[in-house]
Amino acid sequence: MNRLSHTPRPAMEYRSRWRFLVILMVTATIALLGRAVELQVLDKQFLKTEADKRHQATIRVPAYRGKITDRNGEPLAISTSVKSIWVNPGEFDASEQALTALSKAVGVPAKDLLKRLQARAHRRFAYIKRRLSPELADQVIGLGLSGVYAEREYRRFYPAGEVTAHLLGFTNMDDKGQEGMELAYNDWLQGIPGSKRILRDGKRRIIEDMNRSRPPVAGRDLALSIDQRLQYLAYRELKKAVLQQHAKSGSLALLDARTGEVLAMVNQPSYNPNKRTGIKGSVTRNRVVTDLFEPGSTMKPFAVACALELGLYRADSIIDTTPGQMRLGRNLVRDIHNYGVLDVARVLQKSSNVGVSKIALALPPHKFWAFYNNLGFGQPLETGFPGEVGGRLPEYQSWRSSFQQAILAFGYGLSTSTLQLARAYLALANNGIMPMVGLLKKDEAPETHRIMSAKTAVNVRNMLERVVSRDGTALQASVPGFRVAGKTGTVKKVSAGGYDSHAYLSLFAGMAPASRPRLVMVVVIDEPSAGEYYGGTVAAPVFSRVMGEALRIMNEVPDQEETMPLLTAQQAGAM
Amino acid sequence: MNIDSGISAIKMAPRPTSQFVHKLHIDVPLLSGLLVLSGFALIVLYSAGGQNLNVLLRQATRLGFALLIMLAIAQIHPRSLKRYSPPLYLLGIALLAAVLVIGAIGKGAQRWLDLGILRFQPSELTKLSTPMMIAWYLTARALPPRFGQLVVAAVLIGLPTLLIAKQPDLGTAFLVAASGSAVLFIAGMSWRYLMGLTAVCASALPALWYFMRDYQRDRVLMFLNPEADPLGRGYHIIQSKIAIGSGGLYGKGWLHGTQAHLEFLPERSTDFIFAVLAEEFGLLGCIGLLAIYLFILSRCFYIMVQAQDTYSRLLSGALTLTFFVYLFVNIGMVIGILPVVGVPLPLVSYGGTSMVTLLASFGMLMSIQTHRTLLPG
Repeated sequence: MNRLSHTPRPAMEYRSRWRFLVILMVTATIALLGRAVELQVLDKQFLKTEADKRHQATIRVPAYRGKITDRNGEPLAISTSVKSIWVNPGEFDASEQALTALSKAVGVPAKDLLKRLQARAHRRFAYIKRRLSPELADQVIGLGLSGVYAEREYRRFYPAGEVTAHLLGFTNMDDKGQEGMELAYNDWLQGIPGSKRILRDGKRRIIEDMNRSRPPVAGRDLALSIDQRLQYLAYRELKKAVLQQHAKSGSLALLDARTGEVLAMVNQPSYNPNKRTGIKGSVTRNRVVTDLFEPGSTMKPFAVACALELGLYRADSIIDTTPGQMRLGRNLVRDIHNYGVLDVARVLQKSSNVGVSKIALALPPHKFWAFYNNLGFGQPLETGFPGEVGGRLPEYQSWRSSFQQAILAFGYGLSTSTLQLARAYLALANNGIMPMVGLLKKDEAPETHRIMSAKTAVNVRNMLERVVSRDGTALQASVPGFRVAGKTGTVKKVSAGGYDSHAYLSLFAGMAPASRPRLVMVVVIDEPSAGEYYGGTVAAPVFSRVMGEALRIMNEVPDQEETMPLLTAQQAGAM
Repeated sequence: MNIDSGISAIKMAPRPTSQFVHKLHIDVPLLSGLLVLSGFALIVLYSAGGQNLNVLLRQATRLGFALLIMLAIAQIHPRSLKRYSPPLYLLGIALLAAVLVIGAIGKGAQRWLDLGILRFQPSELTKLSTPMMIAWYLTARALPPRFGQLVVAAVLIGLPTLLIAKQPDLGTAFLVAASGSAVLFIAGMSWRYLMGLTAVCASALPALWYFMRDYQRDRVLMFLNPEADPLGRGYHIIQSKIAIGSGGLYGKGWLHGTQAHLEFLPERSTDFIFAVLAEEFGLLGCIGLLAIYLFILSRCFYIMVQAQDTYSRLLSGALTLTFFVYLFVNIGMVIGILPVVGVPLPLVSYGGTSMVTLLASFGMLMSIQTHRTLLPG
């Protein structure tokens, strides 16, 4: 039985086993193929992206930021090449040794380094130290630590430091303009960053620069209207005055009378834009364009000009200011002294509030308002400077009393920035024509508006020359050898609840040489507290020093005959 | 015999060339399949090896050497193979023991036996000698094997397996165990025992876990969840999957596989060469490779069916099954359906030892095929 059944049985068993084997192999092969289809067809896009992510990368190549120069090409803001050190935390071997070496090389405490690396442990990128000098960065890389890399960047440097701080502003860590001209002209300056397409291998070595790389486009240079020599000069004198007068702040704007270009624009207090740690926002404000104040008596020439322009008054028209005060409704307009009977010229010379109020009250409100409005009060400057303000000039329809009309004549009830005030003086300096004010160097004739007739402008200018005299309020604004025209202002500052009787703004606005003005300047000293507070004694001396030096720098020919012999003698002596 | 003769009726027409080839004991379809596979393998290897001609030449030399060994073994009559089985098996065990002793002295993993001129891996010998031994043991007894015989066979398989596992070389140990068990399976071990064995193995898994080394445990864990540690231990599998998937339907083209060439892919010319192929030749390349493998396997299957004695049948079946297990484990590992085990892709991966062993087994199959007597008797 056993023997008989023995032979056929194995054959039968084999057959079933073979069938099983075939089924097994076919099933297994189908499983493999199915998985291959799953990976290569169904998940393909995902896995392909994963693959690209692993070995392709786009590295940003920073663009060189254009430099900012003054009108003569002197550099005011330049970009220098620096290197930033970064670490790939996944690759960095955070041993005690490596940490100390890195910490020593970059000057960051090892503890802080470790904290930063731990915080970004799951990222592939952590800055360790930004903006090192290329030499120092090369030393760090030279340590040969794994996962430590250097990246080229640009750092902004301002050679003039605090002198141009407000004007230029600054850039942030990523080389983007944050303030001032750096912000206003960021798009012009910054250029277009390039990109480098690279292939990285499993060991993160860079293998290939592919054709898809795009070189960075360097930013363009920017030439400002500023004259660095005048900027330095103005800054030095303003700083000195603010310190001497124990003032809170100060601003100064110096304009080219013919083109409206800003030649100097400085503020106090200032800061060093190259080292900005810990500076306060109030220090970085470019007060010349951002801060508003009531211009006070510096507005009087415009009220007078309006009256002359309308033919209502002449320079020799007589105005009775007795008894040195005037009641308008419930308000009182007062002069410091009783000046008695004055002609229009002497109203300005003595800065009589009563006199100028009487003139203003004779003006038709809409004409008066339109004149101020044309001079740019209550209107933005359109220099494009960040934070620029337009000030406020109430519309004549809203004037509620004759008092409101009167005080506008001596600069209350409206607000202006330093630069706006300087712009208005351009009209007087430029024989009635007011050019657009700009911070960029102009190659062509500026856009202009005629505000008043040349005759009116010359008339007012002549009156303003008499302000800068022994009989006027601003003798200290005079410049030897030059005729100077200008007007002082001493403004009670507004504080909560009314005018503060102890806080003043000392102003002087003027131009020289008065016979054919070349420069217009406004000086504002805020809250002088060393005793003096009159515009004629605080602001006027700053004007005198800056203007005198500026005229010399610009090789202006003296136009004052009286002091000519003296000057010539001095020059001969010096030679 | 009636059943068998139906199959053996399919025979080649006796032609002068085939006569000559037959005298050399060459099985032409099998050899063709192997040559096509090796040729394709060299093309892939050229890319995977970083276009290094030296690598290619060395592999081609090994291939030539292995083919010679295959031809030499093909000349040996299956009778002799059967006769040499027990001594060969004992030699293998002795060498494995020697390796372990030397390894104990030299510290660390020891798989090589330095014979002065060449380094020899005794585990490779046992890949062949173990199925031969089991086939020899079962041939002398009635089939299907009874329980007692199965126990003896289990010991015969277990001995080399454990010795190799101790080296430690889990992949080879697994393959040796598989090749031995394949004989039992072909021999018609009853399904009941088979199920029982599977159950025993399954219940032994926790114990196996206990005996595993840390890196072996890691591999299993990583297989289960490679994304847990994408930069560390799961790296191989993730990179490999990415390489395969990014190949798509048609692949990135020969020499254009980025994962492979940028050194993201580990072991790309050895264990993970399938990923290179899949990345550069796409799904079509994978299908092509599997088609070649299936052709070779079907020929081996044919040889097994045609075999005229029990020993030949068992041995050829076991070798065929082992070859299949080889490629399934490797590809399965690379495409992420099996854990990472150090098993090369048969005849494609760079490296000499496994190639010699594999072609030696094909030599045996050729011997079995070409030493058939035309008429049973």
